[in-house]
Amino acid sequence: MSVIEAKKLELVFQTNDGPVHALTDVNLGIGKGDFVSFIGPSGCGKTTLLRCIAGLETPTGGDLTVNGMTPDEARRSRAYGYVFQAAGLYPWRTIAGNVRLPLEIMGYPKAEMSERVARVLDLVELAGFEKKYPWQLSGGMQQRASIARALAFDADILLMDEPFGALDEIVRDHLNEQLLQLWSRTEKTIAFVTHSIPEAVYLSTRIVVMSPRPGRITDVIESPLPKERPLDIRDSKEFLEIAHRVREGLRAGHAYDE
Amino acid sequence: MRNILPILTVLSAILIIWYLGAIWMNSAWTLDRAEGPLTLTEIVQDTMTQDRPRLPAPHQVAAELYDTVIDKKVTSKRSLVYHGWITLTSTLAGFILGTVVGLLMAVGIVYSRTLKMSLMPWAIISQTIPIVAIAPMIIVVLASMGVEGRAVPKAIIAAYLCFFPVLVGMVKGLTAPDAMQIDLMKTYNATPAQEFWKLRLPTSVPYLFTSLKIGIAAALVGTIVGELPTGAVRGLGARILVGDQFGNPLMIWSALLAAAALAGILVSVVALLQTVVMKRMGFAQ
Repeated sequence: MSVIEAKKLELVFQTNDGPVHALTDVNLGIGKGDFVSFIGPSGCGKTTLLRCIAGLETPTGGDLTVNGMTPDEARRSRAYGYVFQAAGLYPWRTIAGNVRLPLEIMGYPKAEMSERVARVLDLVELAGFEKKYPWQLSGGMQQRASIARALAFDADILLMDEPFGALDEIVRDHLNEQLLQLWSRTEKTIAFVTHSIPEAVYLSTRIVVMSPRPGRITDVIESPLPKERPLDIRDSKEFLEIAHRVREGLRAGHAYDE
Repeated sequence: MRNILPILTVLSAILIIWYLGAIWMNSAWTLDRAEGPLTLTEIVQDTMTQDRPRLPAPHQVAAELYDTVIDKKVTSKRSLVYHGWITLTSTLAGFILGTVVGLLMAVGIVYSRTLKMSLMPWAIISQTIPIVAIAPMIIVVLASMGVEGRAVPKAIIAAYLCFFPVLVGMVKGLTAPDAMQIDLMKTYNATPAQEFWKLRLPTSVPYLFTSLKIGIAAALVGTIVGELPTGAVRGLGARILVGDQFGNPLMIWSALLAAAALAGILVSVVALLQTVVMKRMGFAQ
């Protein structure tokens, strides 16, 4: 049974320059516990697809269900945590205060709030930074705090929109490794948007390759890599083969035309 | 210490220009009265000590200020502290009223398109009407409604000037959160009220304080303008008016300086409050 199911999904934006086909004929099922990456060049609709799943955009055609509900119902039942490209922490709240934000909004009891905040900060290895303000943390730490914020209320689905896109490669490697550990410990279903081929291959159980004009899926690759993935798996033959296939998929979709 | 030298230089330059201006502007009166030819020293000495100079020399204003601020009992009708207090109370009342009105209007404008279309033009037009034209009307209208004394109309005139910067600043501040922040609130399925209290209002705090600094200075100007129309006997504005009517430049200038000092103090207090609040909120780096 799929947690996220898209059938003939379509989204057309009406602009002054005429209609823009952001998503066309998207068919996809994401199972429980999957780690699915969406990769493609800008304009391929990967972020738009994620936003449709989150109920932040409304598709103009086709079917989309999240936990068997419409995306909007899923949003209202707080089915997912969303991590944006920028950490977007509130400068007037401490790290603990930022992680507590969704819990306050959702009306958790006080004692449970602090227990949860401590647990998720521990999960992203930020224990001890509760009282710090965002500007006192590095970019990578801020992004980890924003992941903790998305995890705080125990949604089964984690939607991540290029969460490490603004970070340097070394920090990104480290966070990729941590994210995998976090995923295996929490067994969440993760939908992950990226434009980095190594990142997509390293993280995912399935890689969805997308292409622009119109935004569509050109290839879906099941990863044969084991669940346990040390960083040096990226030098293995299997890894390079998948990476190659992703690159081929991007080329086939004329993603390199620009 | 490094900062003091340039400040002192500028201050002395202003004083020197002021003294030169006093000699130049007052010398006509000196020469008019002269019974014979005067030496330059005699002219300069006379321009510094006239009772009703065109431009009082700085030390004359200082002496008048000392006399009316320190020497007079604060309850005396001739004490600037007494008049300053009258102006201050109206300014603060108008400032609070204007801030509340500005805040409420900003919230209304941010949340309602109808209010934005209907209120904003009036708010802008209100600021293009000269306050000296509308101040007497407010006093007359309130008097006909049975409001006694000057305190209430003055506060309303102050609020009339003060609400606008608060309104503009807060509209900007409340709409400052970017699309991502608003989306984040949406993913939590936050209510509009939660979005307001947890996101929009805290985001607007720096904007609010910037507006308050302009607002409190505007409120002081409004109060003084409210004290100018005939009939006022109390407040710094009344002192300026009386000084004008009785041809006493010293009185005008000391009241002007007192008003300027009051404005400086008020803005500094708001700035201090801003520093404290921003630091406590964690904004400061």
